[in-house]
Amino acid sequence: MDDLYREIIIDHYKNPQHKGRLDKSDFSFEDENPLCGDHLQIELRVDENQNVVDAKFDGHGCAISISAADLLLDSIIGKPIEDLKKLEKQDILGLLGIELSPVRLKCALLSLKVLKAAVYELQEANDDLTQ
Amino acid sequence: MNIAKIKEDFPILERKIHNEKRLVYLDSAATSQKPRSIVQAMDNYYNQNNANVHRGIHLLAEEATQMYELARKKIADFVEVEDPSQLIFTRNTTESINLIARTWGWTSLDAGDVILTTEMEHHSNIVPWFSLAEEKRLIVKFIQITNEGKLDLKHYQSLLKLNPKIVAFTHMSNVLGTINPAKEIIESAHKAGAITVIDGAQSIPHFSVSIDDLDADFYAFSAHKMCGPTGIGVLFGKRDLLEKMPPFLGGGDMIKKVTFNGFTTNSIPFKFEAGTPAIAQAIGFGAAVDYLSSIGMERIFAHEKALILYTMESLSDIPGLRIIGPRAEDRGGVISFVLDQIHPHDIAQILDESGIAVRAGHHCAMPLHEKLHLTASTRASLYLYNSKDDIDELKKGLLQVRKVFE
Repeated sequence: MDDLYREIIIDHYKNPQHKGRLDKSDFSFEDENPLCGDHLQIELRVDENQNVVDAKFDGHGCAISISAADLLLDSIIGKPIEDLKKLEKQDILGLLGIELSPVRLKCALLSLKVLKAAVYELQEANDDLTQ
Repeated sequence: MNIAKIKEDFPILERKIHNEKRLVYLDSAATSQKPRSIVQAMDNYYNQNNANVHRGIHLLAEEATQMYELARKKIADFVEVEDPSQLIFTRNTTESINLIARTWGWTSLDAGDVILTTEMEHHSNIVPWFSLAEEKRLIVKFIQITNEGKLDLKHYQSLLKLNPKIVAFTHMSNVLGTINPAKEIIESAHKAGAITVIDGAQSIPHFSVSIDDLDADFYAFSAHKMCGPTGIGVLFGKRDLLEKMPPFLGGGDMIKKVTFNGFTTNSIPFKFEAGTPAIAQAIGFGAAVDYLSSIGMERIFAHEKALILYTMESLSDIPGLRIIGPRAEDRGGVISFVLDQIHPHDIAQILDESGIAVRAGHHCAMPLHEKLHLTASTRASLYLYNSKDDIDELKKGLLQVRKVFE
């Protein structure tokens, strides 16, 4: 049918590769989107060179937010933590391959916001992180 | 009731969206669509009579004042209030309730006083009381709902033993659709010495209400949910209460006299209408009640009742769909539901692509969703212009949603 619910998004929503918890994590953060009650936690493990070796998310949300989280975590494995600080809105939209209305953009960007807060080891996530 | 003919009164319903799809509007509990006649009434005012109201000497000012006050009279007749000066024009229901909290609440309540509200309220009938409670150290208690989604009147009776000063409740829930027994609730509140604040945002648009007969102390509603424009609502208050209350906002129109030493307030309702009011919107509001009256609230409610029954029956065939709230007999035209584990935002988005407008989220009732153990729900809400065809489209759309996620 429509672009928004194309196969790749439904696929990552139904069968996320990175859903779950890590036994031990080096970076973690959790936050929610109060508008829709979506809740997301992200945990990362890095090696001695500060490269991501494993990443998991846990929580609940709509197809857009869950598939965005799964695609995002998939894309960062093997990357240095410093590189994650440079991720922005366009990277997420590129992974999803869709255009989004402002309300749904918040769903798509929740995982990026949580990831950046984790990497920066922040106490509170901030919308500016996703710009 | 000839729905095809009623639909013709609403130009927006002719609009085609998302590749020539017919607009199926099922979001009237958020805001209703507007018939041509109310837009024309506001147009005519701007094109022919535009001037500021009250105290003007010239012709246009007199005309504008007359039109503004005629609207107040029409609305008073519509909700069966004999004395129109008991109706204050506000921005909306939310502002009306805040006005009560900030004036009556501020001067009449003291630390330790109890405010009762209910678990099924919209945030606008919770947050103003929380704010006031925080500043004045008051206690806010919630009347529980039953498993069926109705007010637990036994629990209400037990809370009345706390001698609350205010009982604030919705006449009709914007999520559950539940129509509350307002007269009974008000009578019990009065016996316990409390005043009553009724959120009528969902009730006044859909069935006839006699505020005088209910013996409500305060009753609030908005124009935009009843075919009228945005930006205007009403607060009804009993004369003796309004006269004792301090003004809400200060400025023009609300004063009798201002000197270098102070001011005296105008009589009601003007005491509460500081500044230039929403004149065109008041006139549009008057036109909206004319429109609804020309069709008849009994007929509108009967039409909605039949459509609620039809909706609930046809949606109950959809596997995994669960409707929240009481049976059709006890509710108005609001039908909220969950569908399997599918997120309401996904449901609403896929429906939108078929031209169907519904609402997804917590509908400004987060505590209620917490009570129901839901993060969000999807809501279809009905009005006079909806037909069985609209419901058939909704059903088709929901089956499509299941297919996408199966």
